[in-house]
Amino acid sequence: MPKLTVDGIEVEVPAGATVLQACEAAGKEIPRFCYHERLSIAGNCRMCLVEVKPGPPKPQASCALPAADNQEIRTDSEMVKKAREGVMEFLLINHPLDCPICDQGGECDLQDQSIAYGRGNSRFAENKRAVTEKYMGPIVKTVMTRCIQCTRCVRFAEEVAGVEEIGAIYRGENMQITSYLERAVTSELSGNVVDLCPVGALTSKPYAFEARPWELKKTPSIDVMDAVGTNVRLDSRGRQVLRALPRINDDVNEEWASDKTRHAVDGLVRRRLDKPYVRRDGRLMEATWGEAFQMIADVKAGASVAAIAGDLVDCETMFAARALVGGMGSDLLEGRQTGLDYDCTNLAAVNFNSTIAGIETADALLIVGSNVRWEAPLVNTRIRKAVKKGAKVFAIGPEVDLTYPVTWLGNDLSLLGNLPQEVKDTFAKAQRPALILGGGGLKAGAQGATLALVGPLGLIREGWNGYNVLHMAASRMGGLMLGYAQPGGIAAVAAKAPKLVFLLGADEVSDDRFAGSFKVYVGHHGDRGAAQADVILPAAAYTEKSGTYVNLEGRVQRGDRAVFPPGDAREDWAIFRALSDVLGHTLPFDTLDALRVAMAAAVPALGEQGLAAYDWAPPALDAAASGTIGYPIADFYLTNPIARASATMERCSAELIHGHSFAEAAE
Amino acid sequence: MADAAHIPDEAETRARWGDFAWSEVNEARAKEIIGRYPPGRQHSAIMPLLDLAQRQVGAETNTQGWLPVPVIEFVAKQIDMPYIRAFEVATFYTMYNLAPVGRYHVQVCGTTPCMLRGSDDVLSACYKKGLKKGHTTPDGLFTLTEVECLGACANAPMVQINDDNYEDLTFETTTAVLEALARGETPKAGPQIDRQTSCPEGGPSTLKEMVAENHDYRGEWA
Repeated sequence: MPKLTVDGIEVEVPAGATVLQACEAAGKEIPRFCYHERLSIAGNCRMCLVEVKPGPPKPQASCALPAADNQEIRTDSEMVKKAREGVMEFLLINHPLDCPICDQGGECDLQDQSIAYGRGNSRFAENKRAVTEKYMGPIVKTVMTRCIQCTRCVRFAEEVAGVEEIGAIYRGENMQITSYLERAVTSELSGNVVDLCPVGALTSKPYAFEARPWELKKTPSIDVMDAVGTNVRLDSRGRQVLRALPRINDDVNEEWASDKTRHAVDGLVRRRLDKPYVRRDGRLMEATWGEAFQMIADVKAGASVAAIAGDLVDCETMFAARALVGGMGSDLLEGRQTGLDYDCTNLAAVNFNSTIAGIETADALLIVGSNVRWEAPLVNTRIRKAVKKGAKVFAIGPEVDLTYPVTWLGNDLSLLGNLPQEVKDTFAKAQRPALILGGGGLKAGAQGATLALVGPLGLIREGWNGYNVLHMAASRMGGLMLGYAQPGGIAAVAAKAPKLVFLLGADEVSDDRFAGSFKVYVGHHGDRGAAQADVILPAAAYTEKSGTYVNLEGRVQRGDRAVFPPGDAREDWAIFRALSDVLGHTLPFDTLDALRVAMAAAVPALGEQGLAAYDWAPPALDAAASGTIGYPIADFYLTNPIARASATMERCSAELIHGHSFAEAAE
Repeated sequence: MADAAHIPDEAETRARWGDFAWSEVNEARAKEIIGRYPPGRQHSAIMPLLDLAQRQVGAETNTQGWLPVPVIEFVAKQIDMPYIRAFEVATFYTMYNLAPVGRYHVQVCGTTPCMLRGSDDVLSACYKKGLKKGHTTPDGLFTLTEVECLGACANAPMVQINDDNYEDLTFETTTAVLEALARGETPKAGPQIDRQTSCPEGGPSTLKEMVAENHDYRGEWA
C-alpha cells in the first residue's frame, strides 16, 4: 500500500496502482487519450504527464508509472502545464480543424482537453498530413485523418473483443490504424470502439450526421436484445430514439454493449404497429380500440384463455396479462415460445448462479450447447477474461469460434455421462468450477444430465455456485418468476386448445401452434406474431415504457421511458387494464405504480432492484442425455422483431454472416 | 510517401502468390528459425521468416524480392499469428518490400551527412542510368528508393544495394557500380576508394605514433 502525496494531498493506493490512479484518488483530473481503465496500458499519447519526485527532472507519463512510497507528485506545476500544452500542440498538428462537421463534436475528448489544457493557438503553419478512410464494416465509420494513434481500438479488439483484426500499419508519421486489408471487423462488439475513440476518427456509421449530443434527451434504460440486461442510455430527440449507449455497470455489462444493443434502435421506427387491427374475411383491417376490444369480448372465451410472452416484454406486461388471464380463471401462461420444456420448479436451477461478474473468477468451465458469443456477447467477454487469467474451457456442441481457446469435446450429449478424464482432472483441481448450459443444451434435453454433474464436478462450494443456465430472452427470468412456464411447455398449453390466446410480443410461435384459437397480438412490430393474429393491439417497445426486467443472473433492473409509442399504440399494461373492463374482469390497478405494488405483493423479488435470491433446490431429473446439439441462434443480428426491422442489423447480417460485400461509393 | 510504389491489386497477387509454400531448403530453415524460440514464443520468429519469404519470392522472380499479402499470410499462419500482427511488422520495417522491386534495389541515403558529402551526385548518377525514384527500370534491373540514414555516415555518401553497402561514392564510382551490376558482375562491396571499412583515408590521421608502438601521450598533454 504505497503512500504518496499529490499536490500536497496525502493518498494511499493499493499496491500495483499507477500514479495516474493515485492522482485520481486525490481528486485530481489527469488528461489522457490512450489510457483506459479496461484496456492494457500503452503510454503513447503522453497527455498524462506529471512531475514526479524523486525522479529525473522531467515530466513522466503517469499512466505507465507505478505509484511508490514517498513519491511527491505535482499536477499543477509550471512544468506540467507546459508539458501538457506541448503534447496537445503536437497532437493537434495533424488533427484537422473540422469539428463543425465531425460527429464527435460536443462529446470529444480532444475538444474538451484542448480547451482545458491546450494553448490557445497553433504555431504550425505547414500542411497537415491526410490519411485515407479505412473500411471497418457496417457499424464503424472512419475519418482517419482525425486519428491521434492512441491505439485504444487496437487494444480493445485484441483484448476484449478477441478479434485481432485491427492494427497499426506503417510507422512514424505514416502510421495508420486500419482493419486487416480494410475488411469489415467480424466482431459483435465492434461498436464499442466508437465509444472508446477519444476523437472523431471512429464514429458510428448508422448514426452519422443524425444529431448533436446536446440536442438529445438521455434516458437510462435496460436493453432487451439479449438476456444480459445491458444497462443502456437511450438518446432521443423528439419522438425517436437515435442511439443507445452503454451505461457503466460493473456487475452486468462493464461499459460495453453489443452491436445489436446499440444499433437495432433504428428498427423502432420501421414496421411499427400504430393502430389496432382486426381480421375480417381473412384480411387484417384497421379498427378502433373499441372495435378491437369488442371482437375479443365476442369470443366469449370464459376460462379458456392463455398468454404467451415474447422475448422482449417487461415484467409489468407479463404481470398485467397474468392478472387478466387469472381473473378469467385460467393459469395457462408460457414464455418459451419455441417449444422448450425444461423443468422450472426451482428457479435457481435455471439461473446463471455464478453471476455475470462472478464467471470471470471461474477457473474451469464446461459449456454445454451454447454459442455464448452470440447468445450473450457480454458474458463471452467475461469468460474470455477468465481464460486470460488461466481458466480452462471445455465445450460440448458444434465447434464455433468463441474468441478464446476451447477444448471441444464433441457434439454428443452422452459425453455428459462419461466425461473425458482430462475434464475430470481439471475440475478436480479447480477452485471455482463452473458449468454453462445454453439454449442448445436445454433444447437437446441436457438439463437433467447437467444437474447430475453438480455433485461429481463439485460445482457448489462455500460462497460459489457454478451451475449456470444461459438464457437468451430478456423476458425469460422475469417470466419464470411470474409463472410463465407450464410443465410441458407451449405444447401443453396448445394441447388444452384455449379459445383465446394473448401473444405478448410473441413472434417466434409457429403459426400452426394455436390454429384453432382466437389470437390477440399485443406488441409493437408487424412481424411473425402480428401476421397470424386475429386482433392486433398496438403496444409499446422497450424504449417507450418504463419496465422491470430480470436478466439471466436474476438481477431485477428497471428502465425508464425515453419516448412515447407511435400513433394509437399504448403501453402494454394499460391495454390490459382497458381490455379487462370490456371483458368484465377489471384489473385492480389504475396506474403503473399501483401495478408495481401489486406485482411486488405477488412476487416480492420483483419489487426490489438487484439480485433476486433463489434457493438452490434442484429437481430430481432423469440424468440420461444423448443426441446432438444445434444452436438456436442462426443469425446473431436478426433475433427479434426490432432487430429484424432494423436496416443496420439487416446490413450487418448480410455482410458479416452471409458474406455479401458492400462496395463503398467513392466520396 | 508520394513516391511509394503502387502495391499490386489484391486479386492479382492472390492469383499469383496464393499457393506460396516454402521451397525444400527454406522449409528446413524456417523450421530451424522457429526452433530458436521457446515454445509459446513462436511469434518472435516473424521477422526472420518474413525475410526468408522475401528472399524466396526474390529467387522465384529473379528480383530482390517482396512480400505479397498471401505470402505474409502464409508466414503468419505457420506461426499461428493473427494476419494483422504480421502485416503490422511487414509494414513497419523498410527492409520488407511491400511492392515488387527489380533485380537490384538501390537505396540511396539522402540524410544530412550523405547529402553534405554528395548524395546529390549519387542520385544524379542513378538518374543518368535511367533509374527513377519509386520505379523499376523497364529491364527489371534496378529499383531506386531514396531512404533515410542507413548508419554508414563515416563513409558518406553511400547506397545500399540488396544486401551490400557501397560507400564513399562519387558520380563516377556510382556509375561504375551500376554498370558492373548491369553486366552481371558483383562489384566489391564497401568503400569505393582506397580505404578499409571506415578507417581514415590514406592511413591514420590521429594517434599516428600508436601505429608502431604503444606510445605514451601523457607527457604531451599541456
